[in-house]
Amino acid sequence: MECQECHVRPATLHFTKIVNGEKNEIHICEQCAKEKGDFHPASNSFSIHHLLSGLLGFEDSVGSQGAMPLQNEEPDKCPNCGMTYGQFTKSGKFGCSRCYEVFEEKLDPIFRRVHGGNVRHTGKIPKRAGSGIKVKQQLEELRARLQEHIRKEEFEKAAQVRDQIRSLEKKGE
Amino acid sequence: MSSLERFMADAVSPWMSAKGPDADIVLSSRIRLARNLHSYPFPIYASSETSLHVYNELKEKVNGKSYSDLGKFDMVTISELNPIEKRALVEKHMISPYLAEDSVHGALLINESESVGIMINEEDHLRIQCLFPGFQLNEALTLANGIDDWLEQKLDYAFDEKRGYLTSCPTNVGTGMRASVMMHLPALVMTQQMNRIAPAINQLGLVVRGIYGEGSEALGNVFQISNQITLGKSEQDIVEDLRGVAMQLIQQERSARKSLLDSLKIRMEDRVWRSYGTLAHSRVIQSKEAATCLSDLRLGIDMGLIEGVSREILNELMILTQPGFLQQYAGKTLSSEERDVLRATLIRKRLKLENKHETSD
Repeated sequence: MECQECHVRPATLHFTKIVNGEKNEIHICEQCAKEKGDFHPASNSFSIHHLLSGLLGFEDSVGSQGAMPLQNEEPDKCPNCGMTYGQFTKSGKFGCSRCYEVFEEKLDPIFRRVHGGNVRHTGKIPKRAGSGIKVKQQLEELRARLQEHIRKEEFEKAAQVRDQIRSLEKKGE
Repeated sequence: MSSLERFMADAVSPWMSAKGPDADIVLSSRIRLARNLHSYPFPIYASSETSLHVYNELKEKVNGKSYSDLGKFDMVTISELNPIEKRALVEKHMISPYLAEDSVHGALLINESESVGIMINEEDHLRIQCLFPGFQLNEALTLANGIDDWLEQKLDYAFDEKRGYLTSCPTNVGTGMRASVMMHLPALVMTQQMNRIAPAINQLGLVVRGIYGEGSEALGNVFQISNQITLGKSEQDIVEDLRGVAMQLIQQERSARKSLLDSLKIRMEDRVWRSYGTLAHSRVIQSKEAATCLSDLRLGIDMGLIEGVSREILNELMILTQPGFLQQYAGKTLSSEERDVLRATLIRKRLKLENKHETSD
């Protein structure tokens, strides 16, 4: 069999690529494989995204309703970018930031798998876009501390925390 | 300065020539932050018109501006580059293969020393990348955070209280951060410890791979170690976890080097000098052999077995001998055989250059 790239040398490497159930056979010589791979080895390789879309597809096919989402009218469609959940599971990528809200209910199990069991962000909060969130989180934390002090009957400390909460609430208004 | 020296200076970003801590093992430290603008669909799903909006917004708000002492950012429009220039930027790790080949209205905002690059319209609207020589993860994180804050004053980011920074791919959501270190680990490979160590690192939520990203093999014993998890851990914790593992690897690599030197000195000398010989005298050399020999040469320098050759040689020649740079040097497209010849010539010239400056046995 001759190499399908150069059509000169005999093919010595044979690959079978299966994408969405479609089988694709590649016969290529070592020289061409090297040349193709020489450029950026990452481009043709099996990436995390392939794995991920496999994972998402799996989620879908064993979904609780047992529905065939690709054949039926999609109930979940992002009103902002138009992406459907079916498209998301195929590509493994979101269409826009609104998709996160629209598909919210289905995302926890996916994130849990990808991020070692985590579903909630605990890192940086942007100053401008997240200023309200920061205050809210600080308040939550202070209120928990207040309860803890009261429970331990540390009233002086509790009063301090209460004042902190009040001043923070005032700032937020 | 000879023309080769000038070309080399061009291939190696200015930040690389600075000396970093633990530079005998850690080549570079990198922090990448993925960010998106609130109001537009993500680049791979956006219309060309939308991508142009994003491009123009970044051009207007960041191009020509400076942050801290980084010098001003210049915008490079990817579609204006020729294929060889694009390839050279990829080989320099300044842009991703995706940005070079598939992006729509893709661009790179870059400062003078090339230590900071902001990719526009890659998989996400913005990918902020900070690079430091040697082992300086915390320094890279501090700088990346600073640039992120600076940009956030000008741009409306997509951020959600529960999910954090919203990204195109679910694997980046949360912090949007990928922290990585590039490490030269020849002694761990020689003593066959890497096979054992890599799976253990994976279990800690970190990934080990070859230097050209996902799926690539470890060319020249250079490994990239980075975080996998971006959600549910703070940026500082992610960096600390990675730092801890990298420190372990540094220690293990050093002790493996020492034991090789103690028990197999003559073998090691033979190996590194043979590689030096191959680099100094061959007329045709393929990229894989060049990478292996360069790794040996650098190990020889780091172990004190070879003197009179500077340590930067691995960094420098690993980039210089990639297909894109070879062709840029030649000024034309080359066949694979022509590249192997030019690669050998460039390496020989580079080593002669060194001997011209310093005396060597």
